[in-house]
Amino acid sequence: MKDEAVTREDRVASLKGMGCSRKRVEDARFTQGKGNYVDDIKLDGMLFGDFVRSPYAHAKITNIDTSAAMEVPGVLAVLTAADLAPLGLHWMPTLAGDKQMVLADGKVLFQGQEVAFVVAEDRYAAADGIEAVEVEYEELPVIVDPFEALQSDVVLRPDTVGEDGSPADGAHGPRKHHNHIFTWECGDKDPTEQVISNAEVVAEESMYYHRTHPCPLETCGCVASMDKVNGKLTLWGTFQAPHAIRTVVSLISGIEEHNIRVISPDIGGGFGNKVGAYPGYVCSVVASIVTGKPVKWIEDRMDNLMTTAFARDYWMKGRISATKDGKITGLHCHVTADHGGFDACADPTKFPAGFMNICTGSYDIPTAFLEVDGVYTNKAPGGVSYRCSFRVTEAVYFIERMIEVLAIELDMDASELRKINFIKKEQFPYKAALGWEYDSGDYHTAWDKAMKAVDYDGLRAEQKQRIEDFKAGKTRKLLGIGLTHFTEIVGAGPVKNCDILGLGMFDSCEIRIHPTGSAIARLGTISQGQGHATTFAQILASEIGLPADSITIEEGDTDTAPYGLGTYGSRSTPVAGAATAMAGRKIRAKAQMIAAYLLEVHDDDVEFDVDRFVVKGAPEKFKTMKEIAFAAYNQAIPGVEPGLEAVSYYDPPNMTYPFGAYVCVMEIDVDTGVTDIRQFYALDDCGTRINPMIIEGQIHGGLTEALAVALGQEIAYDDMGNVKTGTLMDFFLPTAWEVPNYETDHTVTPSPHHPIGAKGVGESPHVGGVPCFSNAVHDAFRAFGLRQTNMPHDHWRIWRTANELGLHD
Amino acid sequence: MIPASFEYHRPKDMAGVLSILEEHGDDARVMAGGHSLIPMMKLRMADVPHLIDLQDVGGLAGITVGDTITIGAMVTQSDIILHDALADAAPILREASLQIADPQVRYMGTVGGNVANGDPGNDMPGLMQCLDATFTVVGPNGERKIPAREFYEAAYMTGREDDEVMTAVSFAKPAGGHAYEKQKRKIGDYATAAAAVQIVKDGGTCASASIAMTNLSDTPVYSAAAGDALVGTSVDGDAIKAAVSAMLNDIDPVEDNRGPVAFKRHVAGVILARAIERAWARA
Ligand SMILES: Cc1cc2nc3c(=O)[nH]c(=O)nc-3n(C[C@H](O)[C@H](O)[C@H](O)COP(=O)(O)OP(=O)(O)OC[C@H]3O[C@@H](n4cnc5c(N)ncnc54)[C@H](O)[C@@H]3O)c2cc1C
Repeated sequence: MKDEAVTREDRVASLKGMGCSRKRVEDARFTQGKGNYVDDIKLDGMLFGDFVRSPYAHAKITNIDTSAAMEVPGVLAVLTAADLAPLGLHWMPTLAGDKQMVLADGKVLFQGQEVAFVVAEDRYAAADGIEAVEVEYEELPVIVDPFEALQSDVVLRPDTVGEDGSPADGAHGPRKHHNHIFTWECGDKDPTEQVISNAEVVAEESMYYHRTHPCPLETCGCVASMDKVNGKLTLWGTFQAPHAIRTVVSLISGIEEHNIRVISPDIGGGFGNKVGAYPGYVCSVVASIVTGKPVKWIEDRMDNLMTTAFARDYWMKGRISATKDGKITGLHCHVTADHGGFDACADPTKFPAGFMNICTGSYDIPTAFLEVDGVYTNKAPGGVSYRCSFRVTEAVYFIERMIEVLAIELDMDASELRKINFIKKEQFPYKAALGWEYDSGDYHTAWDKAMKAVDYDGLRAEQKQRIEDFKAGKTRKLLGIGLTHFTEIVGAGPVKNCDILGLGMFDSCEIRIHPTGSAIARLGTISQGQGHATTFAQILASEIGLPADSITIEEGDTDTAPYGLGTYGSRSTPVAGAATAMAGRKIRAKAQMIAAYLLEVHDDDVEFDVDRFVVKGAPEKFKTMKEIAFAAYNQAIPGVEPGLEAVSYYDPPNMTYPFGAYVCVMEIDVDTGVTDIRQFYALDDCGTRINPMIIEGQIHGGLTEALAVALGQEIAYDDMGNVKTGTLMDFFLPTAWEVPNYETDHTVTPSPHHPIGAKGVGESPHVGGVPCFSNAVHDAFRAFGLRQTNMPHDHWRIWRTANELGLHD
Repeated sequence: MIPASFEYHRPKDMAGVLSILEEHGDDARVMAGGHSLIPMMKLRMADVPHLIDLQDVGGLAGITVGDTITIGAMVTQSDIILHDALADAAPILREASLQIADPQVRYMGTVGGNVANGDPGNDMPGLMQCLDATFTVVGPNGERKIPAREFYEAAYMTGREDDEVMTAVSFAKPAGGHAYEKQKRKIGDYATAAAAVQIVKDGGTCASASIAMTNLSDTPVYSAAAGDALVGTSVDGDAIKAAVSAMLNDIDPVEDNRGPVAFKRHVAGVILARAIERAWARA
């Protein structure tokens, strides 16, 4: 027979399927500067649009004079709310059920808000045009503090006041105050109160998870091109959810959906920032319709940081109760969520505070209650999941801090306290007090492995010595040991409870096998750097037995790809990855019939083996998938249609629950506030591992963004609502220099309900990383009485902590 | 982030530069590496209708090392780092340059631009005050020399007239031990606090000391009193404390995103103490 020397292992290896650290196929173009990003798109006669933005955080607009701008050479049009109003486009719906001004309608609510859109022959003329637009503002009182907003007589949004002057109902129910957006409750209120008030030990703490920004390398932008001859609108853009954008554009513009083609080309990082719909998209489309020419809009860095979706800004207040020996009995969490001027969160409709109700974390907490109040302030709108599925970073930060605070209260080791309370392996699937059903986990094994890897006891002994040396004046550096065990919730999600604007959060894959045994697969998701073209081909290679190198993966063009909800919240592998496997299995099922026909046996007499179907019990009789592919196109097989294609729309039965155990060892100079990360150990369990190299890359990236957020990255406002961190000089984006060495490790606990057992990994390191870095800072000062100090832990704030604890005296 | 339109000039010699400056007065400005000026133009904080690029003007990019060291205005921070003879003669220059920005910026940023800019965040003005350097400028009335310690008046206000161009900085070959100590939030950041220190040791005592601080006032701060506090001492803990407290009398930091005044003053003290210790150990 043929290929005698080729072993089964060789055949497996040649597929480069699941488990293989296949090199990323995208990198050839990215590393050579040959990617095709939105700003690389250049069309004949293309115009450029850009915004006049408000210098004030809260002001009435009394007049806009565009006449001087229209005189600037190259300026063709200046759009204001007055121009959009007749089209009903001066406001647009947000993904959170609120609405948002496209262009300032009589007032502005945050600094940088879009006031007018200047359309010009090129971006230079547009910039000059912007300078020439004269806007008269009448300043109004500014509110940047959500607690003040809830007390204030100042009405930020006139549409929140009913006819009788009392607060009108919002998208998620009644308002408590005109600046209040919603209240979201979850869990058992009275039982939780009861448990906590009767508890032996209660720890209480307030913490602020500061506002920050995903800051993708590529800012947001689009090119809108309305072809007036055929009535088709093509919209290229930095869209993390191209199909949803098509539907939204259709709904708000009235253009039929088949006449809209949305294309996400290469995207230079999204991290949640590119999920929502921005005024720039609407204005570009209108400008293209008005001028009959393609119109490009690209943000600069300041626009991006100051106006597009921020992340976090959660004021969290917790109470956690336990027995004297450390068994947790109850958890209460209240959040005051600062949403800025509009509620433009990108959460599933039924979850106005995202999956904040994962805040019981990795612990078996029998009773819990969560309450979130959303509030308007004079800040930019947003509230996206920056490398986190819908407020999971906030939830995990909250519980991982509460555990540390409880450990202090109990005078107990924080690792020990975690071990006492972890959900046990045999408790899965585990029904959490706030409603979720965790699919699988083995927390004790992961934790023990982590503690051993870092020699936890050795570290604590070293720390004890360090504290003595510090007190004796022998050193000015403290040692912090940061611990975190996180449980993520990703893969939104089951259509029964997850939708955005009424669109169920399933996802999709469509496969076509070509006659010569290569293939193209299209998905409803869109890579922004995650390496989908690499990993999804690997899933398919293992499922259908064709080499990953022979499979093209295509995403992002709504004219060709099947409908899907896009890529964010670590949902691509859990949802579209599952669709890919299921579509692959449909291909395999048909291939089985073809193979049986070719081998002249019954369908049930052949079985799949790596890259072929073999006759059961006669392995020398087989047809390779390549042969089967060709047969699909040249054989008339009775009862079998020609061709080899499949499509799958996958509605996941549950979310997936990746987890991990992280340890950070940090040196802190108490005199300067300078931190130095000596060791960072990250054990991740994301279920089945598709491409270990890509997983490692995702972890390094997510940890680096976690480091940024924990140690300095913030969107800070002054009392007047001015953004203080609008450039990369002040907004901390770590470089290779600031990034420590990361040690990665793993355990594998597959998801029982996912076709290949994979859980998603893109966000885990961020979700787990932030509390780990932060806990290291807190831990360093624990012996000196610190319970809680808010992030970002930059030099001066750490110095302040040391100062307040009397360490400079 | 797009500058207003401007005219770009690229004269071949200094006479060409001076005549354009004369013609356009306030509307013209020279550009060296452009890494301070262009960002300001993009933010529309600087309006420069006539931009004069100095890249083609000869004679501004040399380094001569002898008893006197002269560095041309167009010498980049990278050139300084790579120049071994300079690093031997005045090692503080390499030590400080390596703490400025990142390699990409250092390939473009020049000594002349750094000291002429007048931004309190720039590191070289303080460094030059520590070295007691002299700046050479040329204008319509010929050449003029201005001591670095007298050059800075306020933020972006210097002793250079608008129609003068800086051609070189020069200083006596420094003696003794040196240190440039800088705290910053990240690579590419200006100093939270920085200290330049040169100390001469004679036997076990300090014969002379020169101390200058960066980004702790609206100009660089040469603290004669801080240096004096060390002279004649064995640079022990008390002497360093005295130097630090003298320095603290001379600085006037303001609150910004790096932190409040109390923090900056504290860090300035810590940074200076460390710089003195390191310079003394090398003296
Ligand atoms: C990201 C980043 C980080 C940085 N970090 C630091 C840092 O940590 N420390 C630091 O010191 N600097 C830093 N810089 C500034 C950098 O070192 C600049 O290169 C330097 O300040 C100016 O040099 P330049 O040649 O680019 O000057 P330019 O930008 O060309 O000019 C600056 C000013 O000086 C004037 N000028 C230039 N040359 C002359 C001359 N020969 N005669 C008269 N006037 C002249 C110009 O008209 C202009 O007003 C940073 C810059 C960037 C972009």
